[in-house]
Amino acid sequence: MMHGGGMQRIAETSEERAQNRGRVLSRLLYYLHPYRKAIIVALILTLISSATQAVGPMLIGWAIDDIINKGDIARLGMIVLFLFIAYLINMFAMRYQIYLMSWSGQRLLADLRNLIMAHIHKLSLQYLERKEAGDLMSRVMNDVDVINSFITQGMAQLIGGFFALIGLVIAMLGMDWRLALSVLIIIPFMLLTTNFFAITARRAYRKTRTTIGDVSAELQEELGGIKVAQAFNRGDLNTRRFMERNAANRDANVNANAVTSAFMPAMDVLSTIDMAIVAGYGGYLAVNGWISVGVVVAFIQYAQNFFRPIQMITQMWTIAQSALAAAERIFDLLDVVPDIQDAPDAVELPRVKGDVCFDGVCFGYIPNQPVICGLDLCVPTGATLAIVGPTGAGKSTLVSLLMRFYEVGAGTSESDGGRITIDGYDIRKVTQHSLRSQMAIVLQEPFLFSGTVMNNIRYSRLDASEAEVEAAAQAANAHDFIVRLPQGYQTQVGERGTMLSQGQRQLISIARAVLADPRILILDEATASVDTRTEALIQKALNQLLKGRTSFVIAHRLSTVRNADLVIVVNDGSIVERGTHTELLAKGGLYADLYNRQFYVPVK
Amino acid sequence: MKSLNRALAYLRYYKWTTSGAFLCLLLVNAANLATPQLLRLLIDRGINVLNISWVLYCVIGLIGVAVFRGIFNFLQGYWSEVIAQGVAYDLRNRIFAKLEVLSFSYHDQAQTGKLMTRMTSDVDLVQMFVGKGFLQLLSAIILLIGSIIILFTMNWRLTLVVIFVLLLIVGVFIFFVRGITPISMRVQQKLAGLNTILQENLAGVRVVKAFARETYELDRYMRQNQELLDESIILVQKFTTLFPMIFFLGNLAIVGIVGIGGLLAINQQLTLGELVAFVNYNNFLLMPIFMLGMIGSMLSRAEASAQRIFEVMDTQSDVKDKPDAISLPAINGQVIFENVSFRYYKGGEDVLSKVTFTANPGQVVAILGQTGSGKSSIINLLPRFYDVTSGSVLIDGYDVRNVTLDSLRSQIGIVLQETTLFSGTIRENIAYGRPEASLEDVVTAAKAAQAYEFISELPEGFDTVVGERGIGLSGGQKQRVAIARALLVNPHILILDDSTSSVDAETEYKIQQALQQLIAGRTSFIIAQRISTVRNADLILLMDKGYLVAQGTHNELIRTSEIYVSILETQFGEHVQLQEDEAL
Repeated sequence: MMHGGGMQRIAETSEERAQNRGRVLSRLLYYLHPYRKAIIVALILTLISSATQAVGPMLIGWAIDDIINKGDIARLGMIVLFLFIAYLINMFAMRYQIYLMSWSGQRLLADLRNLIMAHIHKLSLQYLERKEAGDLMSRVMNDVDVINSFITQGMAQLIGGFFALIGLVIAMLGMDWRLALSVLIIIPFMLLTTNFFAITARRAYRKTRTTIGDVSAELQEELGGIKVAQAFNRGDLNTRRFMERNAANRDANVNANAVTSAFMPAMDVLSTIDMAIVAGYGGYLAVNGWISVGVVVAFIQYAQNFFRPIQMITQMWTIAQSALAAAERIFDLLDVVPDIQDAPDAVELPRVKGDVCFDGVCFGYIPNQPVICGLDLCVPTGATLAIVGPTGAGKSTLVSLLMRFYEVGAGTSESDGGRITIDGYDIRKVTQHSLRSQMAIVLQEPFLFSGTVMNNIRYSRLDASEAEVEAAAQAANAHDFIVRLPQGYQTQVGERGTMLSQGQRQLISIARAVLADPRILILDEATASVDTRTEALIQKALNQLLKGRTSFVIAHRLSTVRNADLVIVVNDGSIVERGTHTELLAKGGLYADLYNRQFYVPVK
Repeated sequence: MKSLNRALAYLRYYKWTTSGAFLCLLLVNAANLATPQLLRLLIDRGINVLNISWVLYCVIGLIGVAVFRGIFNFLQGYWSEVIAQGVAYDLRNRIFAKLEVLSFSYHDQAQTGKLMTRMTSDVDLVQMFVGKGFLQLLSAIILLIGSIIILFTMNWRLTLVVIFVLLLIVGVFIFFVRGITPISMRVQQKLAGLNTILQENLAGVRVVKAFARETYELDRYMRQNQELLDESIILVQKFTTLFPMIFFLGNLAIVGIVGIGGLLAINQQLTLGELVAFVNYNNFLLMPIFMLGMIGSMLSRAEASAQRIFEVMDTQSDVKDKPDAISLPAINGQVIFENVSFRYYKGGEDVLSKVTFTANPGQVVAILGQTGSGKSSIINLLPRFYDVTSGSVLIDGYDVRNVTLDSLRSQIGIVLQETTLFSGTIRENIAYGRPEASLEDVVTAAKAAQAYEFISELPEGFDTVVGERGIGLSGGQKQRVAIARALLVNPHILILDDSTSSVDAETEYKIQQALQQLIAGRTSFIIAQRISTVRNADLILLMDKGYLVAQGTHNELIRTSEIYVSILETQFGEHVQLQEDEAL
């Protein structure tokens, strides 16, 4: 009674855990549904292979009794033949059972990977840029693998183990119920032990998944910034920092395995005690002449065989534990509701003219901390809008909202967060695909995919011909340097595109935007990392490109905004000045101030 | 096996633990081997002759052996894990340390996804084999040999039957392992490719979304995934044939024992207890053979993984300290390029051709030229991120290839094109090159880089944590953190690579002023984007297609170099006019 309260609390939490585990398991089974036929056949085969394996000791027991009692060689031959046939069937059943399970497991693995990838693509930038990419990687890489090894190795054995157990119990009860009970008496003890270890192991293994995630994240970050690390002589220090995380992972694994290492011996001791009980009790029965020696020998075999499936089940149980923990994390990811989704009644945005209006737009990255509020702005079809303002004023946010990377009205307590319309369509009421496929953006930091230069440009229009790609490259002034590359347009650019300079990469990404032939073009400080001479060349090409399209140009260089139809100056999330270059310059406000400062030349 | 042998050599760091684990394994095996003997005694001396006290002795003996076995089994399992994890830890550390010393040329080509696979699943496979598989292999072999010896002493004819089956198993086994190795390698390759796609999609998510390429990327991923699946299933097919066949052969031995042993027993050449013991020992033979099968498949996969791991570890950095490299003493900052030619990779085009110039201590050197003209290359050769193809780079008369990298790079401050912030606090990021710097120093550097103002407005000031890719800060803010980072090192040579390109005019103006203070007394190399930089430079290097086409001061070049004038005109347009007016 003293510990009643505590016991109940433990009981509750383990019940909750069991419930949760059940949910995860049933969901995992749901994903296995397409392969149910293969799995059912595999289970039948498991049944066959367990039965043929269980038949062994029985036949051997008979053989012993026959040999002792009768010396009947013909019957011995028969038994040997049966044994051989049973084992042959066993082999084929086992082979196809394992194959079918592995086949299903591998397919499930591929399905899960695809699901995760598809889900990642649905998630908003806000989520993806906040979560450490390394953590996501580790989820997909490690967790999916853990589940696979459970399905391919664990599940069939787990179920096969149960069948084998049932088969053995039936066989034993058929031979002698007293000895059968003496074998079975140990089961409750085994279940208690198993449960204890399973709970402890699960907790320990969960920790190892976290620590390996840390190791991956650290590594990924280091690879991303390796050049900076080397430039600042951080090799040793970073290695030491990595070693700390690495050591934490090592220790977590050692701890987790201490639990599993203790488990098997504990089961081993229990099973040997049981065998001893059978031998002692069976010996006593045989000495008194109540049963034959053959039966005792058969039971000793059974007692040994009996624990093999139990050991297998418990062993697989620990794998199942880590698989469930892994599944839980994968499902957590899959359950993240994308904060930007197509509305249920979303329509395809038809080919637009490009009449863009911001109407009372509010937005904040963090709830109740709006960075933009009540913003009104209209850009008529074909006009070029230049956005200028100090760093952090909200220029990039503005265009991200237009592309619906972030949702208008998010992070604001206002009942009406405003709207952005294109040709009168609220961008939240059209599909994301139809919206974005009519826009092209050139980002400040260009990103190239591993593959050829050709394919990188073609990224914006997959069906473009080589001639079209080259024309786009020429328009972006990228053609000249591309043909000088070792394999021209077929040159492979690395994952981080590092064989090319930042300027060259930007030229490629501009060519990409040119090829897209969008209705609305966004240049987010696109020429910031290109040197001024190249910028001048690009500017010429862009001027061509901007014609007839609605364009949003964020530029830090005021020289590039002079030709815009409309200039807005953004500060602290609102538009403080608007007009043409000449108007604003004449006004003598912030714009004029910025403009004059840029060309200030410090005198030595 | 060559690579795995090398991995096994890591066990030398865990000599005592390995010996302990191995000793425990031997004891466990001895206990295992004793069990059937106890059972034989139980049957022959106890049950068969109806002697209850022998039954009792044997039963007590069996339990004693089980407890003994349990204790050593635990110790063995625990120590094995200590070794396995220890080896994984060592391997990961070494790969990491290697990645730190590999030159830029390596990292230009290497794919993050592939390196991640080396570090995670490849290391896991190797550690599993080295830490556990190897000991179990030894133990399995000892158990096999022990069982066979005991069987021989009981009955040699039956033992021959068992050995015959064993040889069959070994044959089947070798046949399969040979077939599996190349397939397993292909599976790993496909997996690495798959991870690269994932990695790219995470890093380039903005581009993917902007071009509405989610479906395309998913298709690409699914195709690669399908290829991986196809290869995996081929591998599965091989494996699923192997295990049941070995299992069957083991069972075949039982059939032989029962058949032939039965005949022998009928002829009184074998006792019943011995026959039962034979069947039991056969189980012991099966277990190690199963284990051998498992370890064998593990072995071929582990070997493939070990090969890939050592491939990374064995990569020679083309930039490394010479054996007789000396430490570069505190420098004045004189930089000489002597006839320097450079290409990024063998067979590539020269990106620098015979570049010669001298920068004296404290001078400001502006490098001018269009994209791809070789500006970045000049800058990359100074801290020896790459080695020159021919010619030499001298600092205070020391060839950079003759001094240690540490002593060289610690005297050079760099702001690279791409601004990389590491996850950690702003303070840690600024103190990146001098982790022991006091908060005061960090604040001073931040002030000089015009970063102090925005940092103090952040929720936790200098202790604000910035994300993996520095998300949360704008490009300009990141850049100022990077500048503060370079300032804190207080270098004798300063390199600014496009360093002020992504800040707006107002911030730029502030930074320019700070930089004017900073570059005083240091030799500074600046990739020039600004007319002001060019005008104030002590030396202008005008680059074109890898050639240094002109050098001198603004006033010199404006008179002597037509190219210079034309570049100024295209780059700075009407404002050049303005400058010339002022100059007059």
